Amino acid sequence: MNTSAVSTGVSSISLSQRLVAGALALLLGLTLLVGTGFAGDFRLHNGAHDTRHAMGFPCH
Amino acid sequence: MFRNLFLAALVAALCAGLVTSAFQAWRVTPLIFAAESFEGSGETHVHAEGEAPAHDEATAATAHDHGEDEWMPQDGFERTAYTVLANVLMAAGYALIIGAVSVVFNLPVTFANGLYWGFAGFAAFTLAPALGLPPGMPGMPVADTLARQIWWFTAAISTGAAFIIVAKFRAPWALALAVALILLPHLIAAPQAPDDPTGVPPRMTAEFVSAVLYNGAIFWVVLGLAFGRMADYLAARPAAIPSGARA
Repeated sequence: MNTSAVSTGVSSISLSQRLVAGALALLLGLTLLVGTGFAGDFRLHNGAHDTRHAMGFPCH
Repeated sequence: MFRNLFLAALVAALCAGLVTSAFQAWRVTPLIFAAESFEGSGETHVHAEGEAPAHDEATAATAHDHGEDEWMPQDGFERTAYTVLANVLMAAGYALIIGAVSVVFNLPVTFANGLYWGFAGFAAFTLAPALGLPPGMPGMPVADTLARQIWWFTAAISTGAAFIIVAKFRAPWALALAVALILLPHLIAAPQAPDDPTGVPPRMTAEFVSAVLYNGAIFWVVLGLAFGRMADYLAARPAAIPSGARA
């Protein structure tokens, strides 16, 4: 199905490189997600308050 | 590859973050503001009828556990600016998670399949958590926050894993496992909100849930399509413009 340049680009890279890139992206992504949507710190909570409600994150 | 992944995620996050910000300002935030005007309104009524102020404070504290002296953005431009910033950062978080799934499982995001990614993200991160934990407005009674957050993550990860499994393995066992993973969080009951009285009108509560689900759908469709379009562009580029940098 995916015969585009992206698939050839991704599959030409070794598994370990993919895992490293994936782990880095996941770590950074989760940090941003937890920071905006979940962190208990009141500054983060109050700054992102409307985002949390609008995106359906568990808020107060 | 690292560069392409992060660039595609960044562009997708900007697109989806700004689109959701516009929709939120139009249909979601006005409801949050309206609900905030009801926050504690029940107590004002009680107060007028002469109930003890001590009870007053206790109810207010459970409804909305913020100290009065906490920092929070000023209503108006500052609050909107923080919300837009938070939306873009959250979008970047989701885009990077999508990117991570894409590289680790070798499932490319393209403009052609971006809609599938968007729908999968919507199902995993909006629909599945919302089935157990209906999106709520300020001033509504809620269960313990940490318990809800744990259930929210369980529902999202379990549903997301189901999509990855069916995308990777086209076999009956994979389909069965995916169905089980989608059902699992809903068999573990989500933390239930207490039946405390709230001043928020039921009609507004229903409108809010619809608005949040619609908002989630727009956000995820834009995120998936923008990510795919950018990934296509970046993958095609080195051939056309030799930049020297290994993509």
